[in-house]
Amino acid sequence: MKIAVLSGKGGTGKTMVSVNLATVAAPSVYVDCDVEEPNGHLYLKPENVEREAVEVLIPRSNPDKCNGCTECVRFCRFNALAYTLDRLKVFPEMCHSCGGCKVICPQKAITEFPRTVGYVESGQSGDIKIHTGIMNIGEVAGIPIIDRLSEKIPEAGNVFVDCPPGSSCSVMESIKDADFCVLVSEPTVFGAHNLNMVAELVRTFEKPFGVILNKDIGGERNPSEEYCLKNNIDIIGRIPFDRKLGLLSSEARIAVAEDSHFKKLFSEILDNIKEAAQ
Amino acid sequence: MKQLLILSGKGGTGKTTVAGAMIRLSQVRACADCDVDAPNLHLIMKYEGEGIRSDYFGLPKAFINENVCTMCGLCSEMCRFNAVDVNEKTTVNQFACEGCGLCEAICPVDAIEMRATVAGDLRLFDDIEKGVFSTAQLRMGNGTSGLLVTQVKNQLKKAAADAEFAIIDGSPGIGCPVIASMTGADTVLVVTEPSMSGFSDMTRILDTAKGLRAETAVCVNKADLNPEITDRIRTYCKERKVPYVGEIPYDPLAVKAVNDGLTIADVNCPAGDAVREIFEKVMKIFEGGRK
Repeated sequence: MKIAVLSGKGGTGKTMVSVNLATVAAPSVYVDCDVEEPNGHLYLKPENVEREAVEVLIPRSNPDKCNGCTECVRFCRFNALAYTLDRLKVFPEMCHSCGGCKVICPQKAITEFPRTVGYVESGQSGDIKIHTGIMNIGEVAGIPIIDRLSEKIPEAGNVFVDCPPGSSCSVMESIKDADFCVLVSEPTVFGAHNLNMVAELVRTFEKPFGVILNKDIGGERNPSEEYCLKNNIDIIGRIPFDRKLGLLSSEARIAVAEDSHFKKLFSEILDNIKEAAQ
Repeated sequence: MKQLLILSGKGGTGKTTVAGAMIRLSQVRACADCDVDAPNLHLIMKYEGEGIRSDYFGLPKAFINENVCTMCGLCSEMCRFNAVDVNEKTTVNQFACEGCGLCEAICPVDAIEMRATVAGDLRLFDDIEKGVFSTAQLRMGNGTSGLLVTQVKNQLKKAAADAEFAIIDGSPGIGCPVIASMTGADTVLVVTEPSMSGFSDMTRILDTAKGLRAETAVCVNKADLNPEITDRIRTYCKERKVPYVGEIPYDPLAVKAVNDGLTIADVNCPAGDAVREIFEKVMKIFEGGRK
């Protein structure tokens, strides 16, 4: 079963939840799609890591063939091309690699060459296989790296996909193959507001989903819980605010591996997910 | 207009909480929320009404004229984003379409048209007492957040042309919207937290900001939750000569303030006291100008 863990708001505990679930579910696969800020590897500490570059295609113009007609410049909606000082200039970070300039060039002056935008690192930690996407600093879009990660996802087995925050294109790309979505929320009006957005996203893609209420402070108001109750959304787990869990997680330690209380808590959440996903 | 931008790398470290407090303390006449994927600043800014709403148009999307389409499949074959399907009819997946326009350019029978589509909402609040607040929400599944961030800042600059400075709440990560928000910033305050994740992400955002003209500074939120990692962050900043402007303790009253729609500068709490000290230091750097 492929389970995507997402949140809307950042910092609600996606990675902490993902690595602990992957550990209680082992043998399992953990995939880090938060390519701008991948952190699961800090917890899982994979060994025998193999690294592969993720490349995109970028145009290059042959000055001998180019006659300066600038059709390509007018075609490119991403503002990745400019014609100055008698030659075509390419802005690689702006390019979406659509290949259009090459196709429409009347002189056939454009060829494409690969440019590295990030990496996928694959390794093993005990019974857990780990795939981490890492976007290079200064790049703007992580989608090609997320695409490469989804090629790594096996058909069978327990797979946990740690998604980026928000509800943008990269989140959509990350949940594409998921059988079930776990939405992690915190007890603030910020958390509830962003939970609403991400719930709309998973509904649009008709994914079954449930919410984990993280950092729940008993007796205090929990706006995320109020949102779930009001909208008939399944609450599949509650993780009370706990300084020990906070401390372990801040040190990128896996709570379920160190404390039987947390092992029980996350095993129950995993059971709830499996039940809800059926 | 000078710009103070609040960023974090990792999400949930307290960008909006700190930004909200700084806006109150500075009584700034111009502020914006550039976290267009998950905007939250409006929840504690307490502006009356809905503001002035306008549509944000991202890149256009492909639409097929079924009466003309011969289902030759060329568009589907050429589309690098797998956005076009040819089955019983030719369909475009609006979420996958990146708006490059190649299909329109190559269609042998001119059956494809690129049309502007609404990709988000911009909002502008203008209050005589509080000043101007610019914010936006990107519609889900859209990919042009950088462009929307630029429009949020543009409408702020236009509406608050006489404001000397602005405070801007940014988004997590290091990608498209973050880089767009950094353009034109004079000082970037990075709010981090004492965790391995927070530390790692802080180094990535500081590296991303390196090429900028802006001065950067770091503060640690929830600093007492792991004093050892807070020490390491402090040491890292010292070694890199990044100004370290202070620490905010974990404070349940801060959570309560936010849930009551207030900033931590509005209530009497330890986090509020800490943010006042940080504010003084940041303003000194900010007034000192670019590096």
